[in-house]
Amino acid sequence: MKFTLRKEFLVGLTAVVLGLLAGAVFMAVTGNNPFAGYFYLFAGGLMNVERIGNTLAMATPLILTGLSVAFAFRTGLFNIGAAGQALIGGLVATILALSVALPQVLLLPVILVGAAVGGALWAWLPGLLKARFNVHEVVSTIMMNWIAYWLTYYTIPSYFKGAYETESRIIPEAGSLKLPWLTHLFSGSFINLGLLVALVAVVVIAVILNRTVLGYRLKAVGFNRFAAEYAGIQVNRHVVISMTIAGALAGLAGATLYVGYATSMQIGVLPSIGIDGIAVALLASNSPLGVLGSALFFGILQSGKGFMNAMTKIPPEIGDTIIATIIYFAATSVLIERWFDRWGQKRRGGKTSV
Amino acid sequence: MQPVVEMLNIRKEFPGIVANDDVSLSLNQGEVLALLGENGAGKSTLMSVLFGLYQPEAGIIRVKGQEVKIANPNVAGDLGIGMVHQHFKLVHNFTVTENMVLGIEPTRGGVLTLREASDKIRALSQQYGLDVDPDAKIEDISVGMQQRVEILKMLYRHSDVLIFDEPTAVLTPQEIQELMKIMKNLQAEGKSIILITHKLKEIKAIADRCTVIRRGKLVGTVEVKDTSESQMAEMMVGRQVSFHVEKGPYHPGATVLKIEGLSVRNSRKLPALRNFDLEVKAGEIVGVAGVEGNGQTELVEALTGLRSAEAGTVTVNGINLTRSSVRERINAKVAHIPEDRQKRGLVLDYTVAENFVLENHGNPPYSENGFLRPAAILAQSDRLIGAFDVRCGEGSQSKARGLSGGNQQKAIVGREIDSNPDLLIAVQPTRGLDVGSIEYIHKRLVEQRDAGKAVLLVSLELDEILDLSDRIAVVCRGEMVGLVDASQTNENAIGLMMAGIKGAVQ
Repeated sequence: MKFTLRKEFLVGLTAVVLGLLAGAVFMAVTGNNPFAGYFYLFAGGLMNVERIGNTLAMATPLILTGLSVAFAFRTGLFNIGAAGQALIGGLVATILALSVALPQVLLLPVILVGAAVGGALWAWLPGLLKARFNVHEVVSTIMMNWIAYWLTYYTIPSYFKGAYETESRIIPEAGSLKLPWLTHLFSGSFINLGLLVALVAVVVIAVILNRTVLGYRLKAVGFNRFAAEYAGIQVNRHVVISMTIAGALAGLAGATLYVGYATSMQIGVLPSIGIDGIAVALLASNSPLGVLGSALFFGILQSGKGFMNAMTKIPPEIGDTIIATIIYFAATSVLIERWFDRWGQKRRGGKTSV
Repeated sequence: MQPVVEMLNIRKEFPGIVANDDVSLSLNQGEVLALLGENGAGKSTLMSVLFGLYQPEAGIIRVKGQEVKIANPNVAGDLGIGMVHQHFKLVHNFTVTENMVLGIEPTRGGVLTLREASDKIRALSQQYGLDVDPDAKIEDISVGMQQRVEILKMLYRHSDVLIFDEPTAVLTPQEIQELMKIMKNLQAEGKSIILITHKLKEIKAIADRCTVIRRGKLVGTVEVKDTSESQMAEMMVGRQVSFHVEKGPYHPGATVLKIEGLSVRNSRKLPALRNFDLEVKAGEIVGVAGVEGNGQTELVEALTGLRSAEAGTVTVNGINLTRSSVRERINAKVAHIPEDRQKRGLVLDYTVAENFVLENHGNPPYSENGFLRPAAILAQSDRLIGAFDVRCGEGSQSKARGLSGGNQQKAIVGREIDSNPDLLIAVQPTRGLDVGSIEYIHKRLVEQRDAGKAVLLVSLELDEILDLSDRIAVVCRGEMVGLVDASQTNENAIGLMMAGIKGAVQ
């Protein structure tokens, strides 16, 4: 158990290092100094409390969508619909923030629960379709993404139009996850209460997966549904439960993005945190703690790339290229694992022959 | 005469284990050499070395007197060595001919010319009595026929040395008979055969000599006609093995399982079991004999709740379970050793400990208020590993995937018996296992019977049914053909009934 965890960590780390090396090659090829590039990239994410706050705020929704995807993966499901679930979560959160008059202490829990329920509903339906009619969740969640997209496209301008046709009214202070003292602590950054939600979610999901009867059953269904069925575990029911929990996590991600990080809801965009969540989960080998680490790392890259662009001639797209390359290496982690195995074997072989 | 193949002092190591340690064998022209050993003894490794899949750390290989280095299977193929693997290497949506030419496609001007190949295959098939249709698609033919395609593939590629890796493991008794005939034909045509197996009966039936290995080491090579089955078994296991199971007197008690008029459809919605009646009493083993695919799978699935019954009732201890879920049946003290241990019986990516609580993890002491209690699970696992002699490298923390087939099966048997059932449904409980494990599992099943449990044994191995059962039900085409006392029947009578001849009942 310990060994496999360490190995997965090593594989993830190798993917990161290889990705960074490839990024250095890109920078060098485009005529830039990779050392300067990386210095400003990481400085941009970490050099002062404000930037650290922004990095954390950037990572917050990624932690939650990463968890959503990883949780579904662990139970044998591919939740490609985190974007739509997050959008619905954000929509519900925005509607509640703009229409319910309650003090912040009461309103925030209402918003978070609403967002979680919205996202959960958006994934529950694909789960049900999978359980009842064996509709593949990849197809149905992608379609749900577009339903969420157009639903938002219609609702915001029709009922919550702000200064422009394309965005909602500004989220009032009572409905925002940003807390003045926290913003102040991080010198005016975007950091918000969502981070706490995400950290709690990491712990809760880790406990569910590793310590509970529910987690045991969900994983059994994911590993081998025939054996689960044989053991009297209701496979279909657990497929629905798994999707619902994954959806709730993505819904929370939406809340932290639209009423936390942002100040109003934009229409016409499917949030990229859905797809990025897949990358986060992949790099983390679907472990909740790993999700936390890889989301923070992606957060640094995301928030640092602008600074890198400002200080050097390296285009910000290099930051995205590095992320893409890391994902590529993480996706081919089987190869990296094989290298490790071969290397380990050689070392052992060398010892015995001496 | 010079041997066709000689393997001398072969040593092959894997991290942590020595799979072959100073093993030698020689194969003479035109003979059938059996390679006998328990699961994990190193038979397949040795043959993989000969077939070029592994490189040995030490030792030499000679083919027709020439020392050779077999770097990969292509080299082996060029040397005339062919192998039928346990799991066939066939493309399912290709025809027989297309599979045959794969990698050596005959072309004319860049266009495939399959006609000649297909004629050649037909001729070969006739010559060796294989009866293979070159134009049939693999997915449409039976497992036995697929195996013949593999044999034909070796012949098509001009192999003289044929390696069979446990060829009968996947075959029905009839198909085994036919395979034996085919191997005799091959031998008569001058082919030399190595047969990897742990079934002594087959060795007696077909092999000339037998090389035995145990735990990676050579035990010896014997002439089959001068050696008894029990002598070979002793060489293989390293101790005396009893083929006959000691059973206490037969004292059937109250009826535990009662099946009345049960009809079940298979996955293709066709009737698979028709109007089936059977009772199993406490303290008896009832064997269900039959050729594979005659309704046994559907019967078991209907009894365990994995498949719904179309008509009829299933009662256990007087409780009607016909429409109950799997969980309700487990709670009603029905235990099930499934047919396919890797598909149904285990979650291979779970640890041994996690697998031991597959059915009862939701009950105390293994969980409380929805939280697992690892200490209790580990304690149970350690206890079962000891009680049922499950050998696993890292104990309770080993992944089930890493266990040998025999130990996986012992783990399942242990788990099911330990659940203290009233009815134990054991399906193919010793499929693919070596004699040591078979003996062990048989003993445990009989213990259950002697302890007053009802045991329903479903098996394709007629010997197993005859050895263990008190009463035997024979199924054919989904119907009960006969129900007889085990003491008043024999292999022949059961065999006839399995073929559907009802007259054999009385």
